Amino acid sequence: MVLASFTDRFRAIFLAILMAVAFAVPALAGPFEDAVAKFANDDFSDTAEAIGVVAASGNPLAFPIISALQDERLSADPQSKKVFVSSADGKIIDAATGAAVDKLPDGASAVRLNNRLRRTVQAALGGLTLLSPDPARRLAAAQSVFKSHDENALAVIDDALAKETNKSVKAAFTEARAAILLYKADATEVEKLEAVAVVKAKGDQEAMALLTGLPSDVPPNVARVAASAVASIQSDLAMWSMVQNAWYGLSLGSVLLLAAIGLAITFGVMGVINMAHGEMVMIGAYTTFVVQEVIRTRYPQLFDYSLLIAVPLAFLVAGAIGVLIERGIIRFLYGRPLETLLATWGLSLVLQQAVRTMFGPTNREVGNPSWMSGAFELGQITITYNRLWILCFTLAVFAILLAMLRYTALGLEMRAVTQNRRMAASMGIATSRVDALTFGLGSGIAGIAGVALSQIDNVSPNLGQSYIIDSFMVVVFGGVGNLWGTLVGAFTLGIANKFLEPVAGAVLGKIAILVLIILFIQKRPRGLFALKGRAVEA
Amino acid sequence: MTPHILTRSLDRSASIFILVVAGLGVLIPLSNLLMPAGSFLQVPTYLVALFGKYACYAILALSIDLIWGYCGILSLGHGAFFALGGYAMGMYLMRQIGSRGVYGNPILPDFMVFLNYPKLPWYWHGFDMFWFAALMVLLVPGLLAFCFGWLAFRSRVTGVYLSIITQAMTYALLLAFFRNDFGFGGNNGLTDFKDILGFNVQADGTRAALFALSCLALIATFLICRAVVTSKLGKVLIAIRDAESRTRFLGYRVESYKLFVFTLSACMAGVAGALYVPQVGIINPSEFAPGNSIEAVIWVAVGGRGTLVGAALGAVVVNYAKTFFTSGPLAPYWLFMLGALFILVTLLLPKGIVGTFNAWWEPRKAKQMSDDTLSADLEDGVGDAKPAE
Repeated sequence: MVLASFTDRFRAIFLAILMAVAFAVPALAGPFEDAVAKFANDDFSDTAEAIGVVAASGNPLAFPIISALQDERLSADPQSKKVFVSSADGKIIDAATGAAVDKLPDGASAVRLNNRLRRTVQAALGGLTLLSPDPARRLAAAQSVFKSHDENALAVIDDALAKETNKSVKAAFTEARAAILLYKADATEVEKLEAVAVVKAKGDQEAMALLTGLPSDVPPNVARVAASAVASIQSDLAMWSMVQNAWYGLSLGSVLLLAAIGLAITFGVMGVINMAHGEMVMIGAYTTFVVQEVIRTRYPQLFDYSLLIAVPLAFLVAGAIGVLIERGIIRFLYGRPLETLLATWGLSLVLQQAVRTMFGPTNREVGNPSWMSGAFELGQITITYNRLWILCFTLAVFAILLAMLRYTALGLEMRAVTQNRRMAASMGIATSRVDALTFGLGSGIAGIAGVALSQIDNVSPNLGQSYIIDSFMVVVFGGVGNLWGTLVGAFTLGIANKFLEPVAGAVLGKIAILVLIILFIQKRPRGLFALKGRAVEA
Repeated sequence: MTPHILTRSLDRSASIFILVVAGLGVLIPLSNLLMPAGSFLQVPTYLVALFGKYACYAILALSIDLIWGYCGILSLGHGAFFALGGYAMGMYLMRQIGSRGVYGNPILPDFMVFLNYPKLPWYWHGFDMFWFAALMVLLVPGLLAFCFGWLAFRSRVTGVYLSIITQAMTYALLLAFFRNDFGFGGNNGLTDFKDILGFNVQADGTRAALFALSCLALIATFLICRAVVTSKLGKVLIAIRDAESRTRFLGYRVESYKLFVFTLSACMAGVAGALYVPQVGIINPSEFAPGNSIEAVIWVAVGGRGTLVGAALGAVVVNYAKTFFTSGPLAPYWLFMLGALFILVTLLLPKGIVGTFNAWWEPRKAKQMSDDTLSADLEDGVGDAKPAE
């Protein structure tokens, strides 16, 4: 196969750099050029051979050629036996030389592929990047070889494995090698058994697919070991998916708890239905936004501390607004819960619209500090730091609140007022002051919740609305007047929701939860942890 | 309670109410159809549709007042019954489009063709017949209310708990109807209606007739509510509102009374929704939004809880204000006003417009009739669900 114009390998490297320069240099034909010309034969076995040679050549044009082949951007002219790579932006180069070409010859047509070739192409592409200097690309390539388990890649893998220093990439190479050996017809039984062990240790979805897809002609011993490995991976995976659901459930539960805990105080202690509770959460989130804005413009080095600054501020802002609401509106409506509900709903409309007027209706950007971004792997699941921090934060808030109710004077007074308002008043507790402070406390905690939620949700004027119904469900489910009930309620609902989701879908799962709560209320109208009393109408 | 004066005062305001609604129901369509277009005396068609909408809202307000004002059940999910009635009517209207849709499928509505439904879902069968749809308008909300109420009232879920779970109910329905595979058009709902009973829904004549029908339905609802609240049954309802346990101890099956009135009220809300949809031309899941149901409650509070005339009046007044303010330069402030309305009415005007007027008017009237010594507490809708103890 002698063509009119050739260039040797080194010239090709040079030309690859100066690809825009259009000139063809006559030179000797090398194996690379011969192989490229085979693409023009329009014969599947020739193409397969060409792929193998081109991929192994180490020529910098090899990657563009083979990826073009995959995307059907590689065309060949059967007359002149020339092959061309058209790039996605319309530029055309001669595949053998890398020289730019103005337009395709008239007879040129795309090099055809069949399914077997497509797999070869994919494996070749994986092999090409196995020796890349970038560890991330090597890792990706190793994973793609693992999936394709193409035996052509075995030599490259062995080569790469010997040179590899990065631990995780090395592991990936070992797994890829095992995958190839498993499917390689002439590998020994010992090699195959070792390979099964390596793949089993990988233990994920792909490993299972690999083992279940083994050809039927493997030695019976290997097939048996593989079957038991599949079973063990399967049970492992089932366990991990349980763990993952449980983690998602805990995470959702912590968010629900955070949103509901303030409500548990206002509703539980005071019996006040505060429909504007969600707006207190929103105010907390906007406080975070303002704090971050100030930090961004004035003290950018403090950005990592923005949340630490926002937490007390949000508590104070939301708490102060809460006290104002109690003194201005709710105080006049005690004993009329339905009216309180309506008035606070009106208040929530006003607060939402006020925030919309001040900050605009669109979502506001609240950033994650560096210690809250990113994720880590735990076995087969990924845990993001922000979710983990929110869980810890929620539990801390819960513990502090519980301690406050138990050990402080205000907590004592609050509990007294909950249990028997008249008696508490007779004992000299200023119940109206306790009411105002309780409401402020509940609102302040909602504000803190807003700081945490700003990290995982959109900060918009509607932020609170999306939590209010869920929060009420948590409180009603858990039982009024008992913080432990709220804790159990929040995590139960969170976990139940996440376990239903894979079965029923996100929306149907949520609907199912709502229906279940409605049914649950029939059974226990006062929630899981109801206060016991002798009153006819509690 | 003074049944004598109560009945009389209701009688007078009731007859005024019926006369006004009937008068409007006749005059507005006549003026729209008979007067030349653009004339001073001609009510433009868009206003006819708007007033028709108000009439539907008034029916919804009456249904809420019946349970809240007279039985102390605060439902925050009545918008759900309204929307279900609307969907039942919307399904009939969708089936009437027939092959005139964008895709021209004679059986499947456009959205089903678009979403690749192989055939009509079973629950869409029968909705090509008006009588069936009309039956469903009553049955679907009624049945839901019956099941929901049976569960809730039997286990004595009362007060704010009931309010919250009714809100959860409408929220669950909102989520469900938003789903495309639920078979009700998902996000976009049902729209693009062509005919109702063979008449073009866009035509002036149809709109006028729908308005007159809405007025008729409003009067009918009013009369039914009035019949309920003035009967012995109504007295028991008021007793339940004021002291539920005491009523139960007196031997009344409180839950049965509540269940009856809750179901009746849901059917009324369904009728309101069914009349609403052809006049507005669309029904979509946002009608299930919890905010809508709460807004309907505030109409009742503004007009006067426990006064039927007040509920209807409140619906019209608040909605007129909404139309007026949201279409003008004050639009960004409408939510402020609505929110303030909620707060101010509950704080300063707990009896609503009509209730406050009655409280001011009745003692004077009673004084004139000096043979009657009863003067206090004449107006019967005010007061809390239970005495504050």
